[in-house]
Amino acid sequence: MAFFPFFVAAWLFVVGLWGVVSSRNLVRTVISLVVVQASSYVLLLGIGYRGGAKAPIVADIPTTSRLVDPVVQVLVLTDIVIEATVAALLLALVVQAHKRFGSVNPDDLRPLRD
Amino acid sequence: MSRPVRLGMFAVAGAGMIVVLLLGFTGLPSFGHAHELYGALVNRTEDKLRHATDIVTALNFDIRAFDTLGEEFILFASVTGVSLLLRQLRGEKEEDQEQEGIEEHAFAGASDGLKLVSLILIPVLVAEGAYLVFHGQLTPGGGFQGGVVLAAGPIAILLAGRYLAMKAVAPKVLLESSDAIGAACYALIGLAGLIFVGTYMKNMMPLGSPGHLLSAGMMPLNSTAVGLEVAGAFLLTWTEFLDQTMIGEPSG
Amino acid sequence: MTVLQLIALVAVMVGGTAVVLVPEPLRQAMVLGIFGFALTFLFFVFQAPDVALSEIVVSGVGIPVIVLAALRKIRQQEHEHEREEQEDGQ
Repeated sequence: MAFFPFFVAAWLFVVGLWGVVSSRNLVRTVISLVVVQASSYVLLLGIGYRGGAKAPIVADIPTTSRLVDPVVQVLVLTDIVIEATVAALLLALVVQAHKRFGSVNPDDLRPLRD
Repeated sequence: MSRPVRLGMFAVAGAGMIVVLLLGFTGLPSFGHAHELYGALVNRTEDKLRHATDIVTALNFDIRAFDTLGEEFILFASVTGVSLLLRQLRGEKEEDQEQEGIEEHAFAGASDGLKLVSLILIPVLVAEGAYLVFHGQLTPGGGFQGGVVLAAGPIAILLAGRYLAMKAVAPKVLLESSDAIGAACYALIGLAGLIFVGTYMKNMMPLGSPGHLLSAGMMPLNSTAVGLEVAGAFLLTWTEFLDQTMIGEPSG
Repeated sequence: MTVLQLIALVAVMVGGTAVVLVPEPLRQAMVLGIFGFALTFLFFVFQAPDVALSEIVVSGVGIPVIVLAALRKIRQQEHEHEREEQEDGQ
């Protein structure tokens, strides 16, 4: 039970990867990539948690109380905003690929064969 | 490789990976017993050193400000990539399209209830975004969160079905300059640290007292610069994508 | 680990599996919004309010708008391709 968050992170990672590998539509690939990134957030926050501790905001509690680790929160916070923009870049590539090849099926995108 | 071969390989590799991941994760300290030293040190000493009450924002914009510089330039580069890819696509069609007829047909079914709710949402979102950006060093907030909420304000106009009104409120020139000015200001504020104190990104402004709005030195300035940049970047991405679909053939 | 954290973890696990298993991209965008909401609840219960703020806006508004706009553009391009093929065939 003490390792349940890490199990959830591993499960999300493998499920997201399966979505990436087995999708027939490139838009589904990008959405499954979002799930893979979510697994890294769960893992990072699970590592930084201290039992019974409070959020790292010392506006109204004394500075010496138990607080969770703030460094991993910084990593996850900026990563969430960047993930959305990278997903937008990938979707712009998908739209361009569809215009050029006429299909969003990854098995049809084989320019070297023509 | 063909699809069945790909799936077969993934079945084997995925099973192996989940076993290896679980074995590795059981070597971590169990959930709730984090062994961090750097985080505990920052928690104890940050209030006296930086006079900011939100430790996560202090780490983001002051103690580890250099990492945030790198992250915001990743954001800038991806938005540039999206603009490059989609504008080339749009330039081929823009000569022979008319924009007048779009407002009437493109958004079938924006009912009056939706319009009313969007009208209420717009000032709430903009005010909340500005509040989050400026109060980042006191309560949960900061440039990244506030910037995204600020960008969601004009999207509520789109929700009411008035896409051209949204483009009038947030034209491309304004979004691009907001994005670029935010990114440049963040780098230049660090340069002021280099000029006056000798270390890039050192907090050299007066620290004030914790709990007041103008406290923690250069943190509000950094937060505002990042908020401008994130808001401009998100709105630019959305506008580029939506321009593709709204300015084009009416597809019903 | 408290009961709320357990519920949040189970919700995230089920939500992530649901996002991958839904067959159409249009519905996947909606389920992604719900998955983001479950993630926000998880971050909140893990004592990380800054992260929760970031996640709720990005996954509620940010990504679904982009996905829906891309899907609509792809459908418009398909109509154009069909029309061009009809004109070439005539």
